[in-house]
Amino acid sequence: MTYQDRYPLAFRLYPYARSADQDAGQPAHHPVAIVGGGPIGVATGLDLALRGVPVVVLDDHEGVGLGSRAICFAKRTLEIADRLGCGRQVVDKGVVWNRGRVFHDRDEVFSFDLLPEDGHRYPAFVNLQQPWFERFLVEAVDRAKAQGAPIEIRGRNRLTGLEVGEDGVTLRLDTPDGPYSLTADWLIACDGARSPIREMMGLGFEGRVFEDNFLIADVKMKADFPTERWFWFEPWFKSGASALLHKQPDDIWRIDFQLGWNIDRKAELDPARIRKRVDQMLGPGVEYELDWTSIYTFQCRRMERFRHGRVIFAGDAAHQVSPFGARGANSGIQDADNLGWKLAAVLKGQAPERLLDSYDAERIHAADENIRNSTRSTDFITPKTPQSRVFRDAVLQLAAHASFARPMVNSGRLSVPAVYDGSALNTPDALPGGPARTRPGAPCPDAALAEGGYLLDQLQEDGFTLLVLGATPPTRPEGLRMLRLDAGASPHLRDRYLGTAERALYLIRPDQHVAARWAACDAEKLARALDRAMGRL
Amino acid sequence: MGKLTLDPNLAAPDDAYAALIEAHEGLTREESEALNARLILILMNQVGDLHVIREALAAARR
Repeated sequence: MTYQDRYPLAFRLYPYARSADQDAGQPAHHPVAIVGGGPIGVATGLDLALRGVPVVVLDDHEGVGLGSRAICFAKRTLEIADRLGCGRQVVDKGVVWNRGRVFHDRDEVFSFDLLPEDGHRYPAFVNLQQPWFERFLVEAVDRAKAQGAPIEIRGRNRLTGLEVGEDGVTLRLDTPDGPYSLTADWLIACDGARSPIREMMGLGFEGRVFEDNFLIADVKMKADFPTERWFWFEPWFKSGASALLHKQPDDIWRIDFQLGWNIDRKAELDPARIRKRVDQMLGPGVEYELDWTSIYTFQCRRMERFRHGRVIFAGDAAHQVSPFGARGANSGIQDADNLGWKLAAVLKGQAPERLLDSYDAERIHAADENIRNSTRSTDFITPKTPQSRVFRDAVLQLAAHASFARPMVNSGRLSVPAVYDGSALNTPDALPGGPARTRPGAPCPDAALAEGGYLLDQLQEDGFTLLVLGATPPTRPEGLRMLRLDAGASPHLRDRYLGTAERALYLIRPDQHVAARWAACDAEKLARALDRAMGRL
Repeated sequence: MGKLTLDPNLAAPDDAYAALIEAHEGLTREESEALNARLILILMNQVGDLHVIREALAAARR
């Protein structure tokens, strides 16, 4: 049987090459195998490899499929991409935006500014077609490999069988040269919303299906609309029950129309019909080409657990949300960020296996937050009951003249990273007067430094960091890096990390989340907080 | 946090009730529903306390 692709490629990034494993005679062994060469699989693999863990990433294609798909990449994703070596490329190619406007019919009823403060290296959001994001990640992999990072992406390696044991897995793979097998201590499943691994293991994926269809029409045109996210409820141009206009690079504009539940999918995808909807929106005489079109429905759901022994699920394979709020790819990248350092610490014998249970707890907490936000947006855009519709319409009517109703207008609450409140890795807050946004569990907000550069630039190496702001540092456990900064000279650092406190010490995880903070701390407290954050207590 | 009162709290309850009924005069069922929805949202904002609103929702569902 010949090897067939399931979809055409936008970029051929990892051409099939016969590996030595295929001629080994017996299954070759790897510490970590990742199935799925999408953004989450590649980011997770790169994170591990940068920490010195050998990784093999297996994908059934040779690159990324056509279609813009995920187009909104949030600040946290850019910060993680920066650590992985491609943040700058994403921003340089992408379209930076901060502002969203929401209209009802013709009237603006709500607007938001996602980054109302300065002192951040990265903007709140950039729009970029998913294929470009994936391409930049794979290019970062190639650069890391040239520096000796132990990572290999194998294209046209399709998973056809899986055996899960206590201490590892056996994978059966099909390739253009025929089948072979390999074994791995750990398997990370980044194989998407329809995850074949989830199916093979017979694991559930429960949640809600929303009865609505949305049409994506990416159009190529020269237009001088501002680079803002514009969303219409019941738009005056009648192209859909709601509509979205959002800029991408290369003169491509994402247009999204809400079509309703009972539609003739094939008829709606007729280019003439799509052009009619777009014409109504853009007005007569606007020249454009249809670049990519698709109709999607969506679900909000997650697996009950993300870790199943030696198999760990990440990204859409583990959880799925509606697109309103850009919480799909962005939350998947945060899965990678959370998992990489933990699995590396376990494989290096620095932490017990149970540290990985905190991946489960923290990322399920995040997934629930994303599902909650995404579900609420969807309930507003697509009211499920007549009564829900009555209230939705009432909010939109009131918003035109009563400002209190405007913040209730919900066209998507855009992705922000979860704070791991209540995580077993956190040490209780011991910084009176410290800002809530930097409490234990929070991702470190960036800050411009008086010394030059930005705080997060200083938090990119493997391992934990003790950030010392004006306090006396205690004797540190071996290997714990120290970063002393002058908060007095850096207003952003003072506002974001001291609040009304005069001095502080922060213990910061390799994923740039706060594990502990104190006004003062001794060697014993510090060592204990580090043990707790490594799952050793 | 505030507390919901279910004891009399209006100086002229008959006037308040009459005002509510009058507001719906001449409206279709749909228009009345929409008015009620707007009114509930306006009053929720006036109360300004999610704890009291949750208590009110629970009392209304009894």
